[in-house]
Amino acid sequence: MPKLNMVEAINLALKQEMSKDKSIIVLGEDVGIDGGVFRVTEGLLKKFSKSRVIDTPLSESGIVGVSIGLAINGLKPVAEIQFEGFMLPAFDQIVTHAARLRNRSRGRFTVPLVIRSPYGGGIKALEHHSEAPETYYVHSPGLKVVIPSTPYDAKGLLISAIRDPDPVIFFEPKKIYRAIKQEVPEKEYSIEIGKANIVQEGTDVTLITYGSLVRTSLRAVENLKESVEIIDLRTLSPLDVDLIINSVSKTGKVVIVHEAPKTLGLSAEISALINEKALLSLQAPIERVTGFDITIPLPKTEHYYFPDEKRIQMAIKKVMEF
Amino acid sequence: MPLKIIDSFDVYHLSILDENGNIDKKLMPKISEKEIFSLYEFMLLTRIFDDKALKLQRQGRLGTYASMLGQEATIIGSSYALEKKDWMFPSFRESGAYLLRGLSPEKLFMYWGGDERGMFIPKDQNNFPVCIPVATQTLHAVGAAMASNIKNEKTAFLTYFGDGATSEGDFHEAMNFAGVFNAPVVFICQNNQFAISVPRENQTKSKTIAQKAIAYGFQGIQVDGNDVFAVYKATKDALHKARAKKGPTLIECFTYRIGDHTTADDSSKYRAKKELEYWQKKDPILRLRKYMQKNNLWSKNYEDKITKKFTDLIENSVKKYESVKPQDKEEIFKYAYSSMPKKLKEQSDYLKEVGE
Ligand SMILES: Cc1ncc(C[n+]2csc(CCOP(=O)(O)OP(=O)(O)O)c2C)c(N)n1
Repeated sequence: MPKLNMVEAINLALKQEMSKDKSIIVLGEDVGIDGGVFRVTEGLLKKFSKSRVIDTPLSESGIVGVSIGLAINGLKPVAEIQFEGFMLPAFDQIVTHAARLRNRSRGRFTVPLVIRSPYGGGIKALEHHSEAPETYYVHSPGLKVVIPSTPYDAKGLLISAIRDPDPVIFFEPKKIYRAIKQEVPEKEYSIEIGKANIVQEGTDVTLITYGSLVRTSLRAVENLKESVEIIDLRTLSPLDVDLIINSVSKTGKVVIVHEAPKTLGLSAEISALINEKALLSLQAPIERVTGFDITIPLPKTEHYYFPDEKRIQMAIKKVMEF
Repeated sequence: MPLKIIDSFDVYHLSILDENGNIDKKLMPKISEKEIFSLYEFMLLTRIFDDKALKLQRQGRLGTYASMLGQEATIIGSSYALEKKDWMFPSFRESGAYLLRGLSPEKLFMYWGGDERGMFIPKDQNNFPVCIPVATQTLHAVGAAMASNIKNEKTAFLTYFGDGATSEGDFHEAMNFAGVFNAPVVFICQNNQFAISVPRENQTKSKTIAQKAIAYGFQGIQVDGNDVFAVYKATKDALHKARAKKGPTLIECFTYRIGDHTTADDSSKYRAKKELEYWQKKDPILRLRKYMQKNNLWSKNYEDKITKKFTDLIENSVKKYESVKPQDKEEIFKYAYSSMPKKLKEQSDYLKEVGE
């Protein structure tokens, strides 16, 4: 089995799905001859021609707006937004139309659209290239939101996203685009959207996270005496509530880790759900290890912003010592 | 009900200085020898800064950087036409214009090195910070220009953006507001032929970018962007017009991005070497030098002297940049609001508690 990084795994998923289904097209800024600024769409133009791999004008609202039109007229667009920070010009089209057309037309018009975008910080980039905006999308009814943490998951989840009848926001943690190599099967497989993954079983604490922080969390607990169960959410909307509640019922202690700002970050919703469904299992207040409620700093100070191993360990200690 | 023409338009291209250093005397703006030296020296300073920034980036001493190589005439010719009280709203490829308007090179290195303090622009410089999201700054320039109308001031506003930016909705909204409200604004499009890998022809079906102004009810002009006299003249006239409340102007500076899009890009993937070589021959600095040589304004001695002066200046500023005291942890919380909400104070205290 070939060992692939996340960029290669996503590229493979696109190639395989496009070969199978002629209605799939890829569009975005620099996705054609350049192969995307992170090379995720490398080789697609050559393989599938200009009518299916489209370098668009520089216009995010345009990309998503026409993708909606493409989708309602029988195609399956996989749009790339070059960086998560530049999805905002398209926010109107995403939230006002892509997410709502099914409801507005009582099911007559649906939008099977995937919007892929590199996501998150940690690569010492310019402003607006290191954001964690998932909450905006999770908060918007009608959208599904996926963030893989491994090459294997990225392939399987992207295939599901492409086959999904509804719009899916597919955020790719750019920090680990090339950081992890993993065996990724040539053959097609899919990972169900809405299913979280227990990446490490444990009995003392439930640690809930996603994206590049799955790796950071695994490292953080490596030498701890506590037995930590790590849940990789993989899909942020819809959340795998059952899996979370099962784990919390077992451990009674919860740490939630994400790089998005704290206020109304995913951890707020997850805490509320645990409160509603498993309050009596809780043995300590839920700890949140998150980004701060500020604009993510530029490279010289960005490390202050991110949850790191030390902050995760402090939180585990806190719930254990409560 | 006959079918008839109710309006028609011409699109002008302005060029004054040719590649051999000869000028069109009729079109040449009034410009003193001293000003010609200034233009030349700012272009050279821009190139020396640019070259150093690229080297620092390659050595891991600077972050991602957007080069100005080949676009010096566009950047300097236009910003030189501004008066001190005028305002500039750049994108991210105008470091040279910041230098011309008084920002120190070490501040620019700090910014491109990932230190927010580099974009604290001294209060006596009317420059907006670098704007990374494409085209959004054009609206800010128009709004600021509208304010000067409302306040009855005679200030002009200039905004920079690329050819790719003309595809964004914000650009069109800015052009429309500018027209409707007669905003004293000058739009400078640095048409360097590329938006990363996408060539100008795939960005818009229009033959020129200049003609887009017509649809919004004001003048647009294309100028040779490697001709510093043409850029200077067109901008100077447009700023004058703006201050006289005679409407906005769009100036398309037709130039070429000699370098990669940024240090994160590899342009050999998407453009032909031949094309690059063709444009390298049109070097804007060389062109002005030829003119100066013909008019006895240039000597080897002069060139060496200013090159050394600017190289020393830049080397010195690199030292300052690299020895600046790092920001304290608390700094990251300080500028979120005018006064810090309790939750941020708590988060800042927590970060201190985390330690190194
Ligand atoms: C809204 C937005 N979308 C995408 C990007 C990513 N990006 C940065 S520069 C650039 C191309 C800009 O081209 P152009 O406007 O021609 O200016 P140039 O870089 O050539 O100076 C792109 C796509 C961005 N910064 N902002």
